[in-house]
Amino acid sequence: MAGPDYPGLDTLALHAGAQPDPTTGARATPIYQSASFCFPDSDYAASLFNIERAGHVYSRLSNPTNAVLEERIAALEGGVGAIATASGQAALHLAIITLMGAGSHIVASAALYGGSHNLLAYTLPRFGIETTFVDPRDPQAFANAIQDNTRLVFGETLGNPSLDVLNIPAIAEIAHAAGLPLMVDSTTTTPYLIKPFELGADIIQHSATKFLSGHGIVIGGLLVDSGQFDWEASGKFPTLSEPYEGFHNLIFTEEFGPAAMIQRARKEGLRDFGACMSPTSAFHILQGIETLSVRMSRHVDNTRAITAFLLEQEIVTRVGYPELDGHPDQALAKELLPNGCSAVFSFDLAGGREAGIAFVDALSVFSHLANIGDAKSLVIHPASTTHHRMDAEALAAGGIGEGTIRLSIGLEDPKDLIADLKQGLRAAGKATGGGR
Amino acid sequence: MRIEVKGETTYCYTNSRDIERDKPSVVFIHGSGMDHTVWTLASRHFARHGNNVVSVDLPGHGRSTGDPLVTVEEMASWVIAVLDALDITDAALVGHSLGSLIALECAASYSERVRAIALVGTTSPMPVSDAILTAAKANDHAAFDMLTQWGFSKRHQFGGNRNSGIWMIGNTLRLYERSAPGVLFHDMRACNEYTSGTDQAAKVTCPALLILGAEDRLTPVRSTHALQQAIPSPLVEVLPGAGHTIMVEAPNAMLDALHKIL
Repeated sequence: MAGPDYPGLDTLALHAGAQPDPTTGARATPIYQSASFCFPDSDYAASLFNIERAGHVYSRLSNPTNAVLEERIAALEGGVGAIATASGQAALHLAIITLMGAGSHIVASAALYGGSHNLLAYTLPRFGIETTFVDPRDPQAFANAIQDNTRLVFGETLGNPSLDVLNIPAIAEIAHAAGLPLMVDSTTTTPYLIKPFELGADIIQHSATKFLSGHGIVIGGLLVDSGQFDWEASGKFPTLSEPYEGFHNLIFTEEFGPAAMIQRARKEGLRDFGACMSPTSAFHILQGIETLSVRMSRHVDNTRAITAFLLEQEIVTRVGYPELDGHPDQALAKELLPNGCSAVFSFDLAGGREAGIAFVDALSVFSHLANIGDAKSLVIHPASTTHHRMDAEALAAGGIGEGTIRLSIGLEDPKDLIADLKQGLRAAGKATGGGR
Repeated sequence: MRIEVKGETTYCYTNSRDIERDKPSVVFIHGSGMDHTVWTLASRHFARHGNNVVSVDLPGHGRSTGDPLVTVEEMASWVIAVLDALDITDAALVGHSLGSLIALECAASYSERVRAIALVGTTSPMPVSDAILTAAKANDHAAFDMLTQWGFSKRHQFGGNRNSGIWMIGNTLRLYERSAPGVLFHDMRACNEYTSGTDQAAKVTCPALLILGAEDRLTPVRSTHALQQAIPSPLVEVLPGAGHTIMVEAPNAMLDALHKIL
């Protein structure tokens, strides 16, 4: 039997979490740029501090503008709740410190955004949290790496830089069999392209700086809890299932049920580490989300046009997009990402480092910078920028060639993007003696 | 805390406090397919205000063992057994939806044990549509979807939760999904078959408060007139903007209303 329809993604992207402002009638969500909020009386104040009433105390903990964004992303992902954080990195950190402490272990995909890799590989070990990195294309590798002290399995919906498609259903099954949650970074895919909770993931992290915003004007992160993982049954998460001295021995699973994880993250991690989002950033991200579907659809259409163009170019030796023949995850992409594989991909130029530098320098519509997911098209040559300290051998180990170019395809007219790329390819050919 | 009631383990949220004989007691009773967590804010509030709070998980719900009970009368008897087990002489009962019918039945049949009742998202009779009953009997997810959607006011289909960061539609749906197979059907059938509510309401002698959602689509305000007529001099609070899931949709207004009787 079919139940009543829930509001669709486009409708939620415009409305979820928001009501016309009760004071002014403002239709847009106002920016509540206030550090703190008045209490009508002492008992009301006490009741807010003691989680008896709904409301706001201090914007590090919660804020009315941020609350709309948090509800909106939770609605779009189909979760129970969310927290807006200062950045995507802050969201990842918040999840980890909510679930574990020193002596714990994470199993993570080896194909991660560099910032996430830095946190897991270099920083968290100083605080007693180790990570084993595994091949994201090998679910059994995740299983093999799980230890008694493992507390989280983590990967990206589309891995960096080769766009490895994470087999969420298979890896979620492995994680759950071990009593562990699966967390995915869905920054490049957004809920328009994939709904990780419907596939078995338990926690989602976003860098909202990217496609969710689309405009490239803010830094922000989002942590979303599905409410589907049974923390008590697992028995491995005392932060959620045992009394918390830092809040009058509150047991989060007992008092908040499905929302235990996201509530602990707010009551402890956001409170104590303080990586909250600015309300103005939340407002900007909300404006971006309103047009998410329209933008993502165009991003994907443009990307398909660009990859088709690049495939025909003699100087281009590889185009790495999961929808294309030859990509190892083509079949999985078709199953999990039928609406497209986002708009970030890499390709290789014959001619190595010199060709890459010449290509980037010759572009004028594409912006040369270190970001993705902007409405404007972006380009970077990893061998001369983000990975410039690496020699050819080290680059190869990371799946990057000296002539690898990463593009983030924007919303411009595709004919202008192709014309710009032709300029770059011509320059790359000249730089390596091709004279094209 | 966990206690033994009628041979089964019963979970009662007490805000991690022992029951003290010299304090007034408030018992919170959840609705169909739910558990004690729907009352977390209110329980914490009245615990801090000098009450014993006992937010129960009905048999077969949440952390309580046993089969779900079949009739509202059985559930009322069970609530009195909880009071016995906790050595509570009398208590105020706050019930939501099915829980409100249980509170009403307790006040009518065990008047000496009930000092006040607050009926939240209530009506009587409380007929349940065939569509919901059929889906619930089949353990079809559509039953959860119907109750989740119709359980919130139209405006709250898009959220607007004053409790930061919680998507109330999603959280309610997860609670239903956590219920054991058959539990929701037993609960909905009990609501549907409790047809003596208005007769029982006439026997209520304690103070009674009805907290209604102005935009409730499951137990609309207009359906409560018979109940309002039957209970002697009830207080009635209609909360603007709220649907049926009043604890979530209007938590602060509900607390303020409860203070009129507790």
